[in-house]
Amino acid sequence: MQRLASLIFLSGLAFMLVSLYLQMDQVTGVSNAGQMINAVSAKEIGAANLVTSVVLGYRGFDTLVELSILFTAAMAAGLVLAGEGKYQARAAQPAGFILRAGAELLFPLLMVVGFYIILHGHLTPGGGFQGGVILATAFFIPVLALPGSPVDHGLLSVIESLAGAAFIVIGLLAMPGGNAFLTPMLAKGTLGQLVSAGSLPLLYIAVGLKVGAELSGLLVNLAAYPTAASDEDPEAG
Amino acid sequence: MELLVLVIVIVMLVSALAMFVLQDLYASLIAFSVVSLGLAILFVLLRAPDVAMTEATVGAGLGSLLFALAIRRVSSTGSED
Repeated sequence: MQRLASLIFLSGLAFMLVSLYLQMDQVTGVSNAGQMINAVSAKEIGAANLVTSVVLGYRGFDTLVELSILFTAAMAAGLVLAGEGKYQARAAQPAGFILRAGAELLFPLLMVVGFYIILHGHLTPGGGFQGGVILATAFFIPVLALPGSPVDHGLLSVIESLAGAAFIVIGLLAMPGGNAFLTPMLAKGTLGQLVSAGSLPLLYIAVGLKVGAELSGLLVNLAAYPTAASDEDPEAG
Repeated sequence: MELLVLVIVIVMLVSALAMFVLQDLYASLIAFSVVSLGLAILFVLLRAPDVAMTEATVGAGLGSLLFALAIRRVSSTGSED
């Protein structure tokens, strides 16, 4: 039965892919929105990276929903992981010498790269999401190197909540004067300068901090070992 | 350029197949991240550096890390089979 179901599913997928492939030659340019954005966005938004001007300028609300999807997923994972009993990081042996030495070397490097990508999100490829993920992995490396080192979950959730609230507050601040939610505001500055593009860098800093705090909390939760469960079940090993 | 793309696509296909064939979960996880890395390089070649960065950090980096932690967790608490 299961095999039959997967056969049906696979043939449906193959049908979809084949029909897409057969139509491929007839598709010429999905829409001309891209060319329009290329033409006007540098003047309207003032961000050198056009992707950022779409993500935060023209489609800021989508980004907010994306953030809330990520938040919901991380929260659900946290609930599941915390619900099984008492968890704590295994306080046993620390990692080997290479991982410990590498962690000391990599942690500051990854922090700099993460913040660079977040702060330059409106100038170069990258931005809040990518930089936030790099920050999360940077914070996770010391946890790998020294299992059992305490992690301040309270601080992480404070950073996450403040960053998420800051995104919404910046969006609301744009509203007086009849503008839409999350309309880009503040002075645009010179195209290509670090301080330019109005409120977009602030939004990306909020996104980066929120994503970083959220994902590092998730990683730390996943890395913790169940202590109560292994006591109850002697066969677990 | 086309030769490079061909090589990357072949590597991605082979590692995607290896992901299913390999019995060791960690080995198939490595194959998974090879697919993600190949995809990231393809995005760079197609001049989509933003998407490439997302694919490299989320797909190859964080995704593999999450899977590795999940595998470790499942194999440390689950029944032995």
